Amino acid sequence: MSESFQPNQSLVSSANLENARLNLIREDQPRIRDAAAPEPATLNQWIEAEAENYVEIQNLSFQRGSRIIYDDLTMSFPKGKVTAVMGPSGTGKTTLLKLMGGQLQPTSGSIIVAGVDVARASRTELFDVRKRMGMLFQSGALFSDLSVYENVAFPLRAHTELPEDMIRDIVLMKLHSVGLRGARELMPSELSGGMARRVALARAIVLDPEMVMYDEPFTGQDPISMSVLLQLIRLLNDTLELTSIIVSHDVQETLDIADYLYIIADGRVIGQGEPKEVMNSDSALVQQFMLGLPDGPVPFHFPSQNYRDDILEGRH
Amino acid sequence: MLRQIESIGARGLEVVESIGRSVVFLYQSLVRVPRPRTSLPLLIQQLYSVGVLSLVIIVVAGFFIGMVLALQGYSILVRFGAEQALGQMVALSIVMELGPVVSGLLFAGRAGSALAAEIGLMKATEQLASMEMIGVDPLHQVIAPRFWAGLISLPLLGMIFSAVGIFGGMLVGVDWLGVDSGSFWSNMQSAVDFHRDVLNGVIKSIAFAVVVTWIAVFQGYDCVPTSEGISRATTNTVVYGSLAILGLDFVLTALMFGDL
Repeated sequence: MSESFQPNQSLVSSANLENARLNLIREDQPRIRDAAAPEPATLNQWIEAEAENYVEIQNLSFQRGSRIIYDDLTMSFPKGKVTAVMGPSGTGKTTLLKLMGGQLQPTSGSIIVAGVDVARASRTELFDVRKRMGMLFQSGALFSDLSVYENVAFPLRAHTELPEDMIRDIVLMKLHSVGLRGARELMPSELSGGMARRVALARAIVLDPEMVMYDEPFTGQDPISMSVLLQLIRLLNDTLELTSIIVSHDVQETLDIADYLYIIADGRVIGQGEPKEVMNSDSALVQQFMLGLPDGPVPFHFPSQNYRDDILEGRH
Repeated sequence: MLRQIESIGARGLEVVESIGRSVVFLYQSLVRVPRPRTSLPLLIQQLYSVGVLSLVIIVVAGFFIGMVLALQGYSILVRFGAEQALGQMVALSIVMELGPVVSGLLFAGRAGSALAAEIGLMKATEQLASMEMIGVDPLHQVIAPRFWAGLISLPLLGMIFSAVGIFGGMLVGVDWLGVDSGSFWSNMQSAVDFHRDVLNGVIKSIAFAVVVTWIAVFQGYDCVPTSEGISRATTNTVVYGSLAILGLDFVLTALMFGDL
């Protein structure tokens, strides 16, 4: 995508200049560009190449029934970085990923992923954008009727016309990169939780996406698989030049890996910045979350009536 | 009082909304450019699990129903000395009525519940969501092959049910109770009309197939993704499916044979 043309590149030759002039006249060419470079097919690709952020969320509101999950949320996720979204359970972190994937529709606001507003995209556009993102679900979400090999091959079979031996090569490469090439004949039910998540990761990156979203990748992992996962996420991000978004409430692991942090609670961003900045934040809510204090702005008790009254009420 | 009326209204709206959703759901699943290379293997796999795996229950049930029908029919017909008509009685009641209806009910119990539970579980374990995120529409990948498989299987199963039922009736009537084999078959052949009886029975089967499979895949897809939600979806599939078959059977029978 962005490697193939650079909108800001200066024009080098007079022939190009001439071409560019011609392009200027045409209404569908919004800007002068290097005529030698391949033409961007759509306006969306222009916008995308221009943007430094792979995902832009603007004034997003979302409610489920009468419950407001997000209220006027604005966030951005820079290209090529690991950005983490943290927050207490039940704040709708997974919902945020589903909104980005276009699986849920926001009440208002826009979510621009790779230049496409997924909140307003048609079903076809949405499926096209999704081919460019991978998502690692909390449970792994492997297809239980397919073997490990077939699970990883699934996106390739669905979206490409590659011959079988090439599919095999790609699948083995991806499985090798998560260390599970030897487990390709197993069924998902025969895998441990950590292995299932690694297979799911291999499946998420098999189409070489531009962005990978991780939904609670560290939950329920033993220390070994945890560090394997941490290493994999970082490595994949840096070698494949991915944009990574991690949703998690595991403070330590997330601090280790994230380039940028968002902390959300009560439907809005309560803290953001690089991990160090967030750690030193003076917001009581952020401090409570980062240090894991049982009581604070987020109360220990679910809202209820007076304790004494409640106890005595039963005596009448 | 007002609140009760309100809640009845709300419930009614819910039902209408859910019917609307199911129509949109079916439309989105089925209306698309056909892609035989990817769809055909999926369809064949579903034909096996929906159709072939239902064969045993259909064959066994058909066999016993045919035998019981012959036994009961004989004990009545023999009072009038009309036991020669046993063949036509067994054949007509199975081909026109019991074949489509009972195979439909069994199908709702065996295949319908399995479909709803399978799809519901795929939803609960985020398999459908992950398929969507891979950029593959689960409506096309999961729902459509199952729907077509149900639509193809049930009429075939209904025909097999009828054939086995008639064979069972023959075993009891001819081989056990001693009805003359010639009159058993010739009476049957002269009484059963292909268009009026056999074809109408198959049409009934097709209608039941559409309704039961539709209910099953929709209940699975639309369920609340919890263990309770899945159990409700399976129960609903069997209950709604069976009631729909019986209700629809009356309507279809009235339309087909009502003018007699």
